[in-house]
Amino acid sequence: MLPTYEQKLWMYEHMLISRYFEEQIEQIYLEGKTPVFNMANGPIPGEMHLSNGQEPTAVGICAHLTPEDIVTATHRPHHQAIAKGVDLNKMTAEIFGKKTGLSGGRGGHMHIFDPAVNFACSGIIAQGLGPAVGAALSRKMQGKEGVAVAYMGEGAANQGAFHEALNLASVWKVPVIFVIEDNAWGISVAKAESTAVGDNSLRAVGYGMPGHMIPGNDPIAIFDVAGEAIARARRGEGPTLIEIETSRLAGHFMGDAEGYRPAGELDSLKAVDPIPTMRNRLATEHGLTTSEDEAIAGRARKKVDDAIKFARESADPAPEEAFEKVFA
Amino acid sequence: MASEAAAVATSNERKLTIARAMAEATAQEMRTDPTVFVMGEDIAKLGGVFGNTRGLLEEFGKQRVRDTPISETAFMGAAVGAASDGMRPIVELMFVDFFGVCFDAIYNSMAKNCYFSGGEVKVPVVLMTSTGGGYSDAGQHSQCLYGTFAHLPGMKVVCPSNAYDAKGLMTTAIRDDNPVIYMYHKGLQGMGWLGTEPLANVHTPEDTYEIPFGEAAIVRQGTDVTLVGCAMGVHNALKAADKLAEKGVSAEVVDLRTLVPLDRDTVFNSVAKTGKLIVVDEDYQSYGLTGEIIASIAERDVSVLKASPQRVAYPDVPIPFARVMEQHCLPNPDKIVAAYEKIA
Repeated sequence: MLPTYEQKLWMYEHMLISRYFEEQIEQIYLEGKTPVFNMANGPIPGEMHLSNGQEPTAVGICAHLTPEDIVTATHRPHHQAIAKGVDLNKMTAEIFGKKTGLSGGRGGHMHIFDPAVNFACSGIIAQGLGPAVGAALSRKMQGKEGVAVAYMGEGAANQGAFHEALNLASVWKVPVIFVIEDNAWGISVAKAESTAVGDNSLRAVGYGMPGHMIPGNDPIAIFDVAGEAIARARRGEGPTLIEIETSRLAGHFMGDAEGYRPAGELDSLKAVDPIPTMRNRLATEHGLTTSEDEAIAGRARKKVDDAIKFARESADPAPEEAFEKVFA
Repeated sequence: MASEAAAVATSNERKLTIARAMAEATAQEMRTDPTVFVMGEDIAKLGGVFGNTRGLLEEFGKQRVRDTPISETAFMGAAVGAASDGMRPIVELMFVDFFGVCFDAIYNSMAKNCYFSGGEVKVPVVLMTSTGGGYSDAGQHSQCLYGTFAHLPGMKVVCPSNAYDAKGLMTTAIRDDNPVIYMYHKGLQGMGWLGTEPLANVHTPEDTYEIPFGEAAIVRQGTDVTLVGCAMGVHNALKAADKLAEKGVSAEVVDLRTLVPLDRDTVFNSVAKTGKLIVVDEDYQSYGLTGEIIASIAERDVSVLKASPQRVAYPDVPIPFARVMEQHCLPNPDKIVAAYEKIA
């Protein structure tokens, strides 16, 4: 199921939004954190996990999804949220801890919930898998449209929740797609040192579901495989496991010195950065012109700049609002 | 059912066990709300190890009454996902002791997603779980862990002492838009193969009704000392009150019914009247319910206390298997009487 040119342009534009967003967040995050880096300082405090390099996993999957479909995402959620259509103004304000944020500043960057597009994420590895199975079960029981996509990193495949959720999804034959973003690193521990199989998609056999490994961090290849898997889920034929080889171009979190990376790895990853790769492909295969590209990039920048302006100009929550919304 | 209804009509009394009261409330809500469903281990064909889902599979079928794999992490997480998507799952954790294999889904997701979403995502899960020992099931099948759940924000915690309350609290729990941890005590459940407290089986109306959360019940009036507890603790307190009455001491007994929200006012007003407080708890003593109740009185107005408050709780040891050791550790009426004698 290959994408049309329009779908490719959608994917490219959302990759640009995501990358530009992360570049802006990276700069703003460092405000107030120099010369001494203290995570508690600046307009964006706390941990920050940037998704630079992983944009293909977001757009290749989410290009097939509607707002009614469900995504449970990870602690590194910005690219996934942007591709799913989360309100960027409110999401940015949430990352800044503002009153206008998605939860009014209660969650922050690892707890982005936008029920308008059925998006949720969490800060615990593999935590979203069970909820994705449950949401998919809900659709099946209610006879409502929609599939659930559970994103995770490759490290999550070593969690017990992975085994349990895949088994349950298969037993109940619910419309869920498990997507592993394999960026080869669990913080500082290499996949090869933590994982018994080189290809996590092989684990699908143990749960009686199809498994696919997609090399090359290629949004078009991801779109192709995801299209089949999602169509299969929509037909009521059950879950699929997809592992995507992607690249983490930033540290695990901002402030990570990455001393564990082998020399030269980052340069070689940047040499195959998916964004220029996609741009070149659109130019050579579809004749995307420089001015057309500039127009797309301009739209992307404007969307991000507007969101950041909105966040910066929004008020802080009142301190005592901490006591609200514990219960519905 | 027909013969039972006739019996009720003649006696005007309809005694149910807590197990049957829970199943009846669940069935009544399932009849009117198609989003309610039940899942857990052995809850369908078996009707629940402790009987609280008996009859549901036959009436509602296996789509809405789902036996799960022995896979608490997955199905507790699934409850969160289904609840966030408009369903009202009732999920059973067979023994509360098993929370260790699924607590992330409970306290990090179920309990927090409402807050993390600024109230936009509701997670109406009822988590039913069995508590309590006294039958030599040792240290991984006998705990209460009330304090563990009540300590962490975002969950309501219910612990009935009798069938009437069990039904009304279950109805309220299912209709609540928040996660409710419904903790039923095995020794009150009315199962033939477990020793059971007969006073837990009380008249229970057939019509549906709610019992509001956060309203303790004064189950025995008194003037000399206030005994506070929940679930089995209430029965221990009532028996202690009988023994104290023989000594001419008038004990008031407060059944908390829910730990979150906690009816501090009723407890305070009773202690303000009696001047003396004994808290009974089958959960571990330290950092738990007993300390919380005493602190809430002391913080509000310590002058109402005419004597040091006492607690009769489970000592801070794992629950032993051998009958003599377990019985030695459990709260009982004599320990409550002894606690009173210290402050008489």
